Amino acid sequence: MKSTLLALSVSLALPLGSHAAVSDEWPAIVEQARGQTVYFNAWGGESNTNNTIRWAAGQVEERYGIDLVHVKLGDTAEAVSRVVAEKQGGNTSEGAVDLIWVNGENFATLKEAGLLFGPWVGQLPNFSLTDPENNPAVTTDFTVPVEGMEAPWGKAQVVFYYDKSLTDNPPGSMPELLEWAQENPGEFSYPKPPQFLGTTFLKQALIELTDDGNALYGPVAESDFAAVTAPLWNFLDQLHPHLWRSARNFPDNGPSLRRLMGDGELSLAFSFWPAEVPAAIANNELPPTVESYVLDGGTIGNVSFLAIPFNAQHKSAAMVVANFLLSPEAQAYAQHPDNWGFLTVLSMDQLDAEQKALFEALPSPKGGVTPAELQQVVEEPHASWVEALETAWLERYSGN
Amino acid sequence: MLRLAPWIIVLSLVLPVVGGTLLTVPPAFGYLPVLGGDDWSFRPWLELAETPGILRSVAVSFGSGLLATGLALIIVFLFLSTIANTRFDRWIQRLISPLLSIPHAAAAFGFAFLIAPSGLLLRWLSPSLTGFERPPDWLLLNDPFGVSLISGLVVKEIPFLLLVSLAGLPQLNAGQRVMLARSLGYLPRVAWFKAVAPALYPLIRLPVYAVLAFATSTVDVAMILGPNLPSTLSVQVVHWFNDPDLTRRFLASAGALLQLLVTASALSVWWGLEKLIGKGFNAWVAGGNRQRSDGTLWLAGRGLMLIATLLPVLGLFALALNSVAGFWRFPDAWPGSVTLSHWLQALPDLARPFWMTMVIATAASVLAVAMVLAALEHEQRLNRPATRALWLLYLPLLVPQVGFLSGITVLSQMAGQAPALWVVVWAHLLFVLPYVYLTLVEPYRRFDFRWVILGRSLGLSVNQAFWRIRLPMMLRPVLTAMALGVAISVSQYLPTQMLGGGRIVTVTTEAVALSSGGDRRLIGVWAMVQAITPFIGFVLALLIPRLLWKERRGMQAL
Repeated sequence: MKSTLLALSVSLALPLGSHAAVSDEWPAIVEQARGQTVYFNAWGGESNTNNTIRWAAGQVEERYGIDLVHVKLGDTAEAVSRVVAEKQGGNTSEGAVDLIWVNGENFATLKEAGLLFGPWVGQLPNFSLTDPENNPAVTTDFTVPVEGMEAPWGKAQVVFYYDKSLTDNPPGSMPELLEWAQENPGEFSYPKPPQFLGTTFLKQALIELTDDGNALYGPVAESDFAAVTAPLWNFLDQLHPHLWRSARNFPDNGPSLRRLMGDGELSLAFSFWPAEVPAAIANNELPPTVESYVLDGGTIGNVSFLAIPFNAQHKSAAMVVANFLLSPEAQAYAQHPDNWGFLTVLSMDQLDAEQKALFEALPSPKGGVTPAELQQVVEEPHASWVEALETAWLERYSGN
Repeated sequence: MLRLAPWIIVLSLVLPVVGGTLLTVPPAFGYLPVLGGDDWSFRPWLELAETPGILRSVAVSFGSGLLATGLALIIVFLFLSTIANTRFDRWIQRLISPLLSIPHAAAAFGFAFLIAPSGLLLRWLSPSLTGFERPPDWLLLNDPFGVSLISGLVVKEIPFLLLVSLAGLPQLNAGQRVMLARSLGYLPRVAWFKAVAPALYPLIRLPVYAVLAFATSTVDVAMILGPNLPSTLSVQVVHWFNDPDLTRRFLASAGALLQLLVTASALSVWWGLEKLIGKGFNAWVAGGNRQRSDGTLWLAGRGLMLIATLLPVLGLFALALNSVAGFWRFPDAWPGSVTLSHWLQALPDLARPFWMTMVIATAASVLAVAMVLAALEHEQRLNRPATRALWLLYLPLLVPQVGFLSGITVLSQMAGQAPALWVVVWAHLLFVLPYVYLTLVEPYRRFDFRWVILGRSLGLSVNQAFWRIRLPMMLRPVLTAMALGVAISVSQYLPTQMLGGGRIVTVTTEAVALSSGGDRRLIGVWAMVQAITPFIGFVLALLIPRLLWKERRGMQAL
């Protein structure tokens, strides 16, 4: 035991590996990247996402001679665990993870634990196309400053969807949702927090119901949690008896919601991915009678980011890949409803006419929402609210 | 060299398991400098005690494990007491291997789709018999008492217990025992329970323990079938390990150790029950009562086994159906349209993981068989058990995976080992070896040693006797053990993903990643592939001896 700990501390004390330092000049980085293999750790649960990454792999191979390998994860935390274990085992320069698709919560903890490489995003030529000076969405993640440690990739926003053949008056707000649930018992549910889509539902409801909305955009420690959240718990207490399985059981995640919609158990659900419904209709998972919409007061939206671990073995190539994914061509490809259907993070004002045309040519998705409807974006609360809401929810509703 | 075999086995299994488990101890007591834990404390344990619903989580893990194991064992024994080489019996025995080869997660998915309120069974009955136009809002799946979890586990563990029982039975002369008891006036089933069961149980005891340990600590099955408010302890621990908040890893480590305690106490309770029931059983046998309830036993044994076999077969059928289904909503009994698009979509992704799976599975099971044969041959030559330490072989099956796998990853990093094929093969070996040993040990010890003596008298050396007499005569059990090894290796998810660093892609890592997307059709495709892969192994194990001994009728009977 003692010797194990000794080995642990010795290995941690080793200096950082000196090899493969990343150059400061972009052309030199591209040159370094040639012939490298990038292990891109990204959630692999959706074939549309996987196909988009496969397309990108073909492109970077052709353009930059980079071998992009999609490591399909069931949960992003698997990659995080890997990096933690590598640091614990003293591996500081030959990490197995080169690029991770992270969410705001993962990012905040990775950054705090010093597990990220960077700042590197400022070096990407395509980053300026996002208009970072005027676009806080790409420089903060759950209100945590990004500080060049992760590159934006695509935008996501909560959309609700309902089945016209089963219900015809979908709710446009949380109070309406309560009324709707009373009339349609057992036909709505949300994933069990701390699953992130479930927590997102709590945040969405809280933003809409609380009397002190400003408190949500600062650290939770600075506000009176009980007072700010009281309307939320009151709402949930009333809502739960009318949920699916009377709230004695909750779906696991977004895909389970979609499956329950497809089976006809639910007639109203929601997703963090505006193109989910059109993709699912095309894939025979949902009937063509399903429509998506945005709540009257807008819905929570955020940006997906890409990060590089501190010990990644192929940092230059990872940067080149991230830069390619930010290119107008790759962004337009991913926004196409037949491919992935996420929304671009690029600012149209920064593009030239030819690049703009790529986006204007995109068809609007069937059963989906139009980009115009997605204008009403509500910002994510400060990252610290996530943990506090999840803990409070579990205390109230789990295990008695 | 042969002398070292048992020790090589023990070391290559025990070191990683013990080392991995020990590495979870410091974080469980707050010590993990990488994540800012610089002081030892009981804080993770206090946090664990304050987790909402933790007692319930523990109770469900503990209770469902014991109940599932007990029920599976009872059903297997009831069935064995009625076994009579009828067509039904041969049919069941032939189904064991394919059923064993279905990975747990795939089987659980199939089972869930069968019994859900919008599942296959209710689709078949609705709306004509039930009147349901929409799926009823019933809490059948993921019920808070773990009934669906227990049923799923029972169904999945029966084939394994049946396999080890059937392997053990021949050395008991079960037929003659029953005949003797019947000549004393006992009815056939009662005769079996009084004369065969008490001798059979000790032979399958360790496998039963392995089942119990698995049932109390399963993650994938409990995620799909278990309760979720709160989840079972093992599922909670995995969630904590996966929490974006890295400080949860302290709690997760404490939880992993608690899981170890829960499994250990379930094992000791079982051991206590064994003693208790053994006493009662002895009294019952010695009492000499000629029960008349024989018919009930027969009906129960046959009926329950029929249900337990039909359910997974139907579940697999349901998955296959989903893999080619177009849009298919409750209450339609069949998909409205059939399409190959899900298969065609998956096909380009299939080849690489498939071959990787085959390479790892073959390597792990060949290694395992070689090591086990070496150890057993050594034992035979010594004519006594080589080392009592060989029970340690079961350690990887008895210690919950969540506890030691992350530790092993750290160990491999300390050794400066980048993710590599051999590390993954080794990790698979941890789980393959015990099962290979389990299936091979009885046939090996049962082998009539006089054949070897005869060979020696004809001038063969000890080694020649092994290669030219024993091995050919034991080809069938050796190949079966190898096929089971392949099946076990194919189903490993966590070891592959963690030690392969995500770079080693198998059919199972691919299937699990895709199933997190919840598309039942895609899950159907990958689950079928996952089930077919080990099945190839079982088919080969059956075919090879048949082809090899085509001209030698005497060998065919072996």
